[in-house]
Amino acid sequence: MIKTDILIIGAGPTGLFAVFEAGLLKLKCHLIDALPIPGGQCAEIYPKKPIYDIPGFPEVLAGDLVDNLMEQIKPFSPGFTLGDRAETLEKLEDGTFLVTSSRGVKHNAPVVVIAGGLGSFEPRKPPIPVISQYEDKGVAYIIRDPEVYRDKSVVIAGGGDSALDWSIFLSNIAKEVSLVHRRKDFRGALDSVEKVEELSKIGKINLITDAEVVDLKGEDALDAVVIRHNGNAEEEEVKPTDHFIPLFGLSPKLGPIGDWGLEIEKNAIKVDNAYDYQTNIPGVYAIGDVNTYPGKLKLILCGFHEAAIMCQSAYQRIYPEKKYVMKYTTVSGVSGFDGSRKEAKREVVKSIN
Amino acid sequence: MSDISITIIDREGEAHTVEAPTDMNMNLMEVVRMHELAPEGTIGICGGMAMCASCQCYVLSHEHLLPEKSYEEEDMLDQAFFVKNNSRLGCQINMIPELEGLEVKLAPFTT
Repeated sequence: MIKTDILIIGAGPTGLFAVFEAGLLKLKCHLIDALPIPGGQCAEIYPKKPIYDIPGFPEVLAGDLVDNLMEQIKPFSPGFTLGDRAETLEKLEDGTFLVTSSRGVKHNAPVVVIAGGLGSFEPRKPPIPVISQYEDKGVAYIIRDPEVYRDKSVVIAGGGDSALDWSIFLSNIAKEVSLVHRRKDFRGALDSVEKVEELSKIGKINLITDAEVVDLKGEDALDAVVIRHNGNAEEEEVKPTDHFIPLFGLSPKLGPIGDWGLEIEKNAIKVDNAYDYQTNIPGVYAIGDVNTYPGKLKLILCGFHEAAIMCQSAYQRIYPEKKYVMKYTTVSGVSGFDGSRKEAKREVVKSIN
Repeated sequence: MSDISITIIDREGEAHTVEAPTDMNMNLMEVVRMHELAPEGTIGICGGMAMCASCQCYVLSHEHLLPEKSYEEEDMLDQAFFVKNNSRLGCQINMIPELEGLEVKLAPFTT
C-alpha cells in the first residue's frame, strides 16, 4: 500500500505544480495517471504546441513546460503510479481515503486531489453497436502482448501512426494482416507509409482502402468483420478474422471518477471556489480543468492558483492543531525532501579596514 | 458589433438561427458553445486545436468560402467517425462576414 499526505489524481501541469506547493508546506505527494508519462494533455495531445499565456513565459512549448515542472518539483520526490487509472475511492474508518487503481494498486492518504483535466485518455472506439460484446473476445483497442496474434488472422483499422506501425510489426507474427482505412491517404511517418506500401506489394499486408469496418460477426467470440467499401452499403464484404484491432487514437473521458459520488455539472466536478476548491466530499478537492464553479476558466494558470489555495486547506485538514503562516520562496528558499536546499545568496557584511 | 446570422442544426435535429460575431476572433465551435447548442464536455474538448473531433459538423452551404483544411484537420478527420465529404471541424472555421447565412449540422457525438 502506498501511503502519502496528498494523493493527486492526474499528472498534468496542475497536478505537478500541486506537488511544489504541497512541498513548501512539507506535505508529500503521490500522483496517479492513466498515461504512461507525466504531463497530461500537454504531453499526450500537444507537446510541440507553443503556449503563450503562462505568466513569465512569453512562449513555451507544452512539452517544455512539463519538463520544467518536473524539474521544479524534483526536490519534493513525488511518487508516481503511471499507466494506471484511479478506479475506486473509499473512505476508511480513520477518515483517510483509499484509492485503488485499475491494476489493483492501493493508495492511502488523508487528502485526495483530483487534477484529472478532461479525464483519463482512453482508446477511441468506433461506433459499431455490437463492439462491446466482442471486447477481449477478439476485439482489442490496445496491443499488450503481440504474441497473442501469432499465426492468427488480424484486421487492423485506422490510418495513423499506430495503425501503420502495428500492421508492419504484426505482419511478421500473424498469419494474415489486413489494414482497413477510410481513405487512400495515410498520415503517418513517411518511412512507415512506404514500408506498408512495400509489404502490401509483396502480399504481407492486405491493404484495404476507401473502406470501413461497419459490423462484427460471431456467436461467442469474433469470427468475422463486415467491411463496407466506398461508403456504399451494397458493397459490403464479410471477412473472416480472429482479431479486430481498431486504432483511432485516444480521447479523454471522465471515467470512474464520475461514479465517486461527487457533484458533477457540465461534465466537471463542482467545487467551493469561495474557499478551497473542495468538493462535496470533505477531504476530496478538485483543481484545474476538471473542476467547475461560477466564472471558471480552463487555463493552466488558473490550475496553478487553485493548487496553491488547495494546499493551504489540505494542510489545515492534515494538521488541524497547527497554524501555518505563508512564506515566500524568495525569503525562505526551498528545502527538498531529498536533502537539497535552494535559497537566495546572502549578502556578506564585512568591513574593509 | 458586426454580427452575422448562421443556422446550426443541433444533434437532436433542431435548427437554431443564431447571431455570430465576426469581430471577436471566434470560430464555429465557440459559437456553438456560446449559444449552448451542445452540452459542455461534448464539444470543443481539446479547446480548438483540431485535436479531437468533438466539433465535427457537416457544412450545408457556403462550402466554397471556407478555408482549405489544414494537415491537422485532415489528420483528425481521418481518425473521426461518421465522416462525410462535407465534414469539417468547427474550430477551424473562423467567423467572417462572408459566411452570413451559413448552414451547418453538428455530427453525432462519439467518445
